[in-house]
Amino acid sequence: MSGVRTLPPLAAYALALGDDALILAQRLGEWVAHAPQIEEDVALANIALDLLGQARTLLSYAGEIEQAGRDEDDLAYLRDDRDFRNVQLVEIPNGDFAVTIARQLVFSAYQYELYTALLGSGDATLAGLAGKAVKEVAYHRDHAVQWVLRLGDGTELSHARMQAGLDQVWPYTEELFDPASQLPGIAADPATLRPAWERYVTSVLSEAKLDKPEPRWRSRGGRDGLHTEHLGHLLSEMQHLHRTHPGATW
Amino acid sequence: MTEGHDSGKRGWPLWEVFVRPRRGLAHQHVGSLHAPDAAMALRNARDVYTRRGEGVSIWVVPSSAIMANSPDEKDPFFDPAQDKVYRHPTFYDVPEGAKQL
Repeated sequence: MSGVRTLPPLAAYALALGDDALILAQRLGEWVAHAPQIEEDVALANIALDLLGQARTLLSYAGEIEQAGRDEDDLAYLRDDRDFRNVQLVEIPNGDFAVTIARQLVFSAYQYELYTALLGSGDATLAGLAGKAVKEVAYHRDHAVQWVLRLGDGTELSHARMQAGLDQVWPYTEELFDPASQLPGIAADPATLRPAWERYVTSVLSEAKLDKPEPRWRSRGGRDGLHTEHLGHLLSEMQHLHRTHPGATW
Repeated sequence: MTEGHDSGKRGWPLWEVFVRPRRGLAHQHVGSLHAPDAAMALRNARDVYTRRGEGVSIWVVPSSAIMANSPDEKDPFFDPAQDKVYRHPTFYDVPEGAKQL
């Protein structure tokens, strides 16, 4: 399978956003049957399925633009880790519930700004997806906020663990706002999403009596195919069935 | 945060969920769930009971707020209604021209 370095810019952009959604969907799916309560199992699975739906649209679109005959399944199941374009934030392990919720707050707040910006995209597919996805993501963000408030402003133990979750996730936030491919009028410039994201997240943390972490390092390179060691393991699980039985259908 | 309905020492209190279907006039009881407080109960209800488009409005009520009759009272409560057929509106002729009663 050829790499994605030769992809047209719009296909690369759709693939990057699609990979974010796909990988986080896979991570959230790991919570099913392991969440603190069965109700939370269902909530996290719902969020995962919303993200999977977004990924399907974006990966299919990337394949369409690429015109190399790759469909959503080829892109999801037959690429190796170096060909994935997701930010490292979405591939890091779930950790405890607080780590998952911290990551969800960061990512949903980012996706909310992203899709809001893409509502005005000159590309009809991206704008159409954004119209549907922005409502889904508004709920994901609210779900995360509800938990951050309850854990942050809960007991001494829940506060400490929520703060530890934020501290663990924060080094991966900067990468969301690194420059992406230049597609004026079509893509959203990540840097422009930052101020609204920052305002939103800061106000949630302050209401939850949590400190915004000031990490001493930051992740880089997910969009260029540079990943943590965790992505390979995630892919081996996600791709196993498809690679064992190529072209299998229900 | 907890509003203290039957929460006991462990676990979350139980809530009853009522959903009004898209074309329905009244909320209907659809089931119950656990949640730490009312706001989370509403969200859990959304996730558990309306994810296939079942409803347009949700109520959640603490299960502890529901007063139910006792099974022991079943006979005095319900048996007397069994032989009062005249309470059913089946003995009237529908007046001509009335579209519905």
